[in-house]
Amino acid sequence: MNSGESTLLSVEQLTKRFTLGGGFSRVRLVAVGKASFQMGVAGPEIFTLAGESGSGKTTLARMVLGFIEPTSGCILYKGRDVTRIRGRANRLAFMKDVQAIFQDPFDTFNPLKRIETYLRETALNYSIAASGIEAERVVGEALAVVGLSLQEIKGRYPHELSGGQAQRASVARALITHPSLLVADEPVSMVDASLRMSIVNLFRKLKEERGISVLYITHDLATAYYVSDRIAVMLRGTIIEVGTVDQVLREPLHPYTQLLKDSVPDPDPGGKWTEEIGLGALEIKQYAQSGCKFAGRCPRELPVCRDTEPPEIESDGRMVKCHLYQSPESLAIQNTVIPSRTP
Amino acid sequence: MPLVRVENLKAYYLMDLYGIKRAVRAVDGVSFQVEENTIFGIAGESGCGKTSLIKVLSATFRPPLTVQEGKVIYDQGNGGTDMLSLDEEGVRKLRWEFLSYMPQGSMNVLNPVRRVRNTFRDFVGAHRVGTTKHFLADVTQHLGHLGLPPEVLASYPHQLSGGMRQRVTLALATILEPRLILADEPTTALDVVVQRGVIQLLKKLHAEQKNTLILVTHDLAVHANLAGRLAIMYAGKIVEVAPTAEVFGNPLHPYTNFLIRSLPRIGDKTYKVSAPGSPPSLANLPGGCRFHPRCPHAMDVCRTEEPELLDVSSGHNVACFLHGQARHE
Repeated sequence: MNSGESTLLSVEQLTKRFTLGGGFSRVRLVAVGKASFQMGVAGPEIFTLAGESGSGKTTLARMVLGFIEPTSGCILYKGRDVTRIRGRANRLAFMKDVQAIFQDPFDTFNPLKRIETYLRETALNYSIAASGIEAERVVGEALAVVGLSLQEIKGRYPHELSGGQAQRASVARALITHPSLLVADEPVSMVDASLRMSIVNLFRKLKEERGISVLYITHDLATAYYVSDRIAVMLRGTIIEVGTVDQVLREPLHPYTQLLKDSVPDPDPGGKWTEEIGLGALEIKQYAQSGCKFAGRCPRELPVCRDTEPPEIESDGRMVKCHLYQSPESLAIQNTVIPSRTP
Repeated sequence: MPLVRVENLKAYYLMDLYGIKRAVRAVDGVSFQVEENTIFGIAGESGCGKTSLIKVLSATFRPPLTVQEGKVIYDQGNGGTDMLSLDEEGVRKLRWEFLSYMPQGSMNVLNPVRRVRNTFRDFVGAHRVGTTKHFLADVTQHLGHLGLPPEVLASYPHQLSGGMRQRVTLALATILEPRLILADEPTTALDVVVQRGVIQLLKKLHAEQKNTLILVTHDLAVHANLAGRLAIMYAGKIVEVAPTAEVFGNPLHPYTNFLIRSLPRIGDKTYKVSAPGSPPSLANLPGGCRFHPRCPHAMDVCRTEEPELLDVSSGHNVACFLHGQARHE
């Protein structure tokens, strides 16, 4: 795999195993298994990691941020291995360049500190500003980008802001260090419906106007389609399909992506589901499955699926990990979507 | 007559902090009717009072939430009784047999230290005397109907996944075949595939038991799939009620319009805007129409007077001065 200096983030064969319990009841859980993807190969992009709860998307994001150490594999950020950053200065330089936005904006901020104090301290700690007056100016600039003003938040504590304002303030905090990559873990799931699009639009604007790439982690395929350029779909720790959002969400190849896409409720009273689906019984067993993690629930299961790990077939800028597709050519031929929703 | 008739209901959270009295007007003059054997949806963002409303309807409200005014009339075949005038015993009889309530985050409401079987026993035993004989067989059959294996009965809640717990709660709410089910965010926090399964079950039970469902969720896409009529709440008031297809196809209130138009859909990359500003605090509401500070069509009358919920075309009610309001000038 080529991962030159120009690629912003390249994740290669990344694995994280957690050990649950102890003594005789020890269980190994593969939270992320051999995940590989690249983002920002040709300029800034918004890359979505999508999956259901327990699919390992947050674990993967935490490894990218350097919060937890991977069991094996590597993460190359601008050609340098994130897990082998040593020394305070290097660490700080990495943290400046890669910033995080979390799900709950009220958890991001210390409830006992005023928001502006928090933002000013960020500017001072990262040596973006040398003095308090300069910090004020830096904070004001960052707030202006997200559509807030210093007057609006002056003297206010986190609980005094609305969810949408607080989330925008946390984006502003991330922007103070002028990062090239934002890692946003479910940034809109706690924000009210009428304000959700303003946060999502903000990511679009940051990419277009400031060249900031975003690793957008979500379970919501509709906003993922709206905002991102490329998407990776995760299932029980493995990435099963990668491609542009148009490829993956409009013509999904993997049966799991097809099911997922079809299960997103359509905000249109005319598009109700007509086909019934079966509900899985015990999900925990799927982590331990040696073959495809979707075997057992898959409507197009082959005898080979349960025991053999599917190959990763790449073609036309997209990747799918499924036994149904044996060669790059078959991606075009077998591209049949299970019909289930009435038009 | 309709099964549920809510008339000018006002329920406030009354707070008394060091002698300073404050009222949070969570439900402020709400009226609506629900016909028997229909699904009625209530949508709105967090903090608009939809959960407070359903707490009053299910008679599970406790101080500081108190009802100030209004009636909640349930038709039990005797011409309708005002639930708010009933004593404790009357409310107890009403609960679960006439109406059942699935609270928010209902996958976390099961008693963590009791097996699911015992929860069912406590619950059925409190309402049906002498059912113990066929009790287990009945419960197993009902669970099987919802796609749950009988082993669930012997499990503790923590041994089940979120989706399974949600289905157990749904089984509890429907085992006595109540005529009215009040469900507060029944599919929130579930994965999309599981969510689809739960929606499917709600539909199936509705078709079989001929019950009436009042569904509260912020997720308009869920309403599009389930509800027959849909009410939109904003800051403690219902601003629009119409058949679901009408709400999506022809939203009249500017707030509804913002909500519907900002919904992202797969296959649609056109630029979506959300409503400017943010929802008001229920303790400090703006005068006049509560949406006027965020409304692009705000007129002078909107700042001073509150619009009434009026029928503008058959079955489509909206509270907005742009539509069919006689202006008091």
